[in-house]
Amino acid sequence: MKALFRFLAKYYSFFLFLLLEILSLVMVYNFNSYQKARYLNSSNRITASIYNSFNAVGNYFRLASVNERLARENAHLKSLISDLPYIKITPYSVINRAEITDSVYRFISARVINNSVDKQYNYITLNKGRKHGVKPDQGIVCSEGIVGVITHVSESYSLGFSVLNKKWGASAKLKSNGTFGPLSWDGKSAEFANLNGIPFHVPVAPGDTVVTSSYSSVFPEGVMIGTVYSVEQPPGDNYYNIVVKLAVNFRALSFVDIVENLKKNEIVTLERNKTDD
Amino acid sequence: MIRYLVKYGVMFVSLVLVQVLILNQVQFSGFFNPYIYVLFILLFPTNSPKYAILILGFILGFVIDVFTNTLGVHSAATVFIAFIRPGILRLISNREDDRGDFPGLKQNSPGWFITYVVMMVFIHHFILFYLEVYTFSNFFTTFYRIVLSTIFSSVVIVLSQLLVFKE
Repeated sequence: MKALFRFLAKYYSFFLFLLLEILSLVMVYNFNSYQKARYLNSSNRITASIYNSFNAVGNYFRLASVNERLARENAHLKSLISDLPYIKITPYSVINRAEITDSVYRFISARVINNSVDKQYNYITLNKGRKHGVKPDQGIVCSEGIVGVITHVSESYSLGFSVLNKKWGASAKLKSNGTFGPLSWDGKSAEFANLNGIPFHVPVAPGDTVVTSSYSSVFPEGVMIGTVYSVEQPPGDNYYNIVVKLAVNFRALSFVDIVENLKKNEIVTLERNKTDD
Repeated sequence: MIRYLVKYGVMFVSLVLVQVLILNQVQFSGFFNPYIYVLFILLFPTNSPKYAILILGFILGFVIDVFTNTLGVHSAATVFIAFIRPGILRLISNREDDRGDFPGLKQNSPGWFITYVVMMVFIHHFILFYLEVYTFSNFFTTFYRIVLSTIFSSVVIVLSQLLVFKE
């Protein structure tokens, strides 16, 4: 026993190293596989408020371009309203679009307080949280197109995967003929993503528009994703390799909207009942 | 003692803030990710107890992890370089010359310091980047990112020693 203690005392630093290293690897494994770490991410109060206050400084320098983008979006929305005189729209309140798409979406506007584009798994931290009605699995969009999906929510902040995250892919379709497939990101460039699962018999050409499909309850149907950049027919395969140029500039994100599908629970319950049969 | 506590405490906080608020926000491309917070481990006095550098290394990595949503990745890499540091120091030092307790640029020759920085940063980045991608597929793409980022981080670290921490 004494010898054991002496042994441990002599090599304690090695055992301490082993312990800390195993602890780290367990955290890597858990975070990668389960999304368990609910508090230990950048949406917790301390890290988010540090990001938030620092972000206020950076925002000053982006005001001009943000202004311009908002003006453009405003003009676009005004032109839409003139087409739909019978729908009353108030900014970011319940927009009843039942007349158009048969589902109801609510938009919560948020500011991006932290964002990365050059990691393999990129996340976005937003300054809206549970008390503003944000929940996991809500979509994030901006005026140019889809941005990501919420994964973690704290009291006043939230965290989400951006499109530039290898763990997540949106359901996309070609606007021209409605063929759908999963969108994925290969971890290389912040400007491009890949569209998979489009068979050879479907005509695809560079420049075609790619939008969200109606098969997901995260985004409204038809939100812009990007345009086809290049198309390849890999030999011995049945599906194209399509590279999509993303519409959103992820390096300059500042204001986004969180999309809540008010009928999501109904859809999920319905689908769950079906699989139980 | 108190003086060192304050000095290394300030260094810890400022390195984390510089890393998280400045360097992580500067996005050149996926191939350059400078991580300079390892400077804390590099400059830690060599006569301090082994458990101190291991535990502080873990805390440092963990704080960076929480900010960057990469739980465990930075901790693992930082604890590893904290553990192998005595070995690296022995490897690159001659027995004849008298190394003080501080492995900084001021106390040592520039050539020695650059070798030390590059070796430590490379090992740190090697573990960090492969754990981050969590796969060995695209081995060489990741390796290329490691090499470029190591060069970039090392340059920033050596420059920071010339400018800021001159004392």
